[in-house]
Amino acid sequence: MTAPTLLAASPAARTDRPPGRARRAATPARARETALGLLFALPGLAGLGIFVIFPLFQAIYLATRGNDILGNPTRSVGLAHFQELLTPEFGTVLWQTLVFTVLVVVPGVLLPLALAAPMTQRLPGMRIFRTAFALPFAYSVSAASVVWLIMLNPGISPVNWALGLIGVPAPNWTTEPGWAMATVVGVTVWMVSGFNLLVLAAGLAGVDEEVLEAARMDGATGPRQFVSIVLPMISPSLFFAVVTTTLAALQALGQVQIMTDGGPNGHTRTLVYSIFDNAFHNNNSNFGLASAQGLVLLVIGVLIAVVQFGVLERRVHYR
Amino acid sequence: MNRPGPVPTVLTYLWLGIAAVVLLFPVLLTVLGGFLPSNALLHQPPQLFDGDWTLENYRAAWRQPVVPLAPAFVNSLFVGLSVMLGHLITSCLAAYALVFMRSPLRRPIFWLFLATIMVPYESIVVPNALFIRSLGINDSRLSLILPFLATGFGVFMLRQAFAQFPRELREAAVIDGCGHLRFLVTILLPASRPALIGIAVWSFLQGWNMYFWPLIISSSNNSLNTLQTAVFALKDNEGGSPAVLLAGITITLVPTLLLVIFGQRWLVRGFTAGAVK
Repeated sequence: MTAPTLLAASPAARTDRPPGRARRAATPARARETALGLLFALPGLAGLGIFVIFPLFQAIYLATRGNDILGNPTRSVGLAHFQELLTPEFGTVLWQTLVFTVLVVVPGVLLPLALAAPMTQRLPGMRIFRTAFALPFAYSVSAASVVWLIMLNPGISPVNWALGLIGVPAPNWTTEPGWAMATVVGVTVWMVSGFNLLVLAAGLAGVDEEVLEAARMDGATGPRQFVSIVLPMISPSLFFAVVTTTLAALQALGQVQIMTDGGPNGHTRTLVYSIFDNAFHNNNSNFGLASAQGLVLLVIGVLIAVVQFGVLERRVHYR
Repeated sequence: MNRPGPVPTVLTYLWLGIAAVVLLFPVLLTVLGGFLPSNALLHQPPQLFDGDWTLENYRAAWRQPVVPLAPAFVNSLFVGLSVMLGHLITSCLAAYALVFMRSPLRRPIFWLFLATIMVPYESIVVPNALFIRSLGINDSRLSLILPFLATGFGVFMLRQAFAQFPRELREAAVIDGCGHLRFLVTILLPASRPALIGIAVWSFLQGWNMYFWPLIISSSNNSLNTLQTAVFALKDNEGGSPAVLLAGITITLVPTLLLVIFGQRWLVRGFTAGAVK
């Protein structure tokens, strides 16, 4: 049976039924559908309830506890862990998290944009370029971190060799205080660029040819056309790339832990690294402090989301 | 856009070419480095096209006794596939209920799912780790996947996809006597294949590339290593030969490289369905 005949049949079937009977039948059917709906949602609700929602409350509880030697939360320490969050050390951690996030998001979105924009031209080989530029996306954090450690290893480093060609002495990438953060940022930008390129290329592919043509006839060319027409048209993709990159940067752990282990001297210590370090590193087992920092991360994440969705998204142009 | 003139064309290729060399050199080094004898790699710059290619590093990486890669490969595959299946099943059922079942609970449940997307995993990793330890399963593979079988993001994406299915067709199917489960499996799921594949690819990558959780769960038990934690352990133990390390990394990259090369269309479509159009 084809769809149109089915559609024609459906209102008829409804009106045939006496209204009184339908209403009486409706209540148990409603209740049944409500129960069934709950049943369908149950596996997802259970998984998220047990491993996301409940742990949130537990984190609040843990944040007020100290542990015994085995790591069991025992005595109440009140708000002592939160007081530790008001120290200059934790201020440094927050500042470094902010610096890291900004330094990753800005080039991590602009670089793929600068690559994807020229790729919209009708030239042979653009599809190959797109796939090639997406390849870093295949790297897990640990794979990317270790490969880049080899890339920057003074004995091998093609990067140092290239710098040597132009007469620039290479720094100690991961052990010099000023350079360690830049190195971890660079690797993260490299990692996020692949996916952002795919997202932005997809957005650019959806830009309306006719609008561009009209703008060209009105005399808009080159950069002007890009800024006033293309950018607004791909603003949903841009927004998506900014939001996902911000979250990825805020939650980055592997590259910090593998490449610098928070060092040198705490210079690459970010919020998530600090959580990991307090709770799990070297059997530190300071679960209370780590939980308190986890709550700070949650609040920051929610604030960023509110700002991005409340302020930025208003400027996003959805068709 | 129009076919550009000769000067912009040359500039485009020049810019993309330079960027490709810089950005893809690490990829080239990973894949080729594993095939090179160590001394070719220890040159500056590494002699990637030395010609003396060997499989020895791959054999050494695969067989090295310190961090066995074979069980790690099995674990990673297990985690990737379990997370994928878990995400698909829980998200399909929940999204179906949210779109097609009339219930006063529909809105609150949807907001609950959305709220879980907002929770960074690192905020709750401590309670989860303590909980898994208290269950006494921190020595089993189950502990690697248990917290990751459901996802608010998958529910959200599939809800968007299901909502595009024509209501009339659904009503017609019900009048034909088609039950919920049968409608979901035989009509709706095949019709939503692009979204499903997108989520499947994303979920598999999530599981396969997971690092923080396996690191803290498997730290006391080598047999629970996934490839991602194995690479980290290999780096510390195999300090001598970067070629062996690169071969090991290439082994971990095979599935994801294939997914990026052949699955990128699905991934982008699934991921950006809401964002792009």
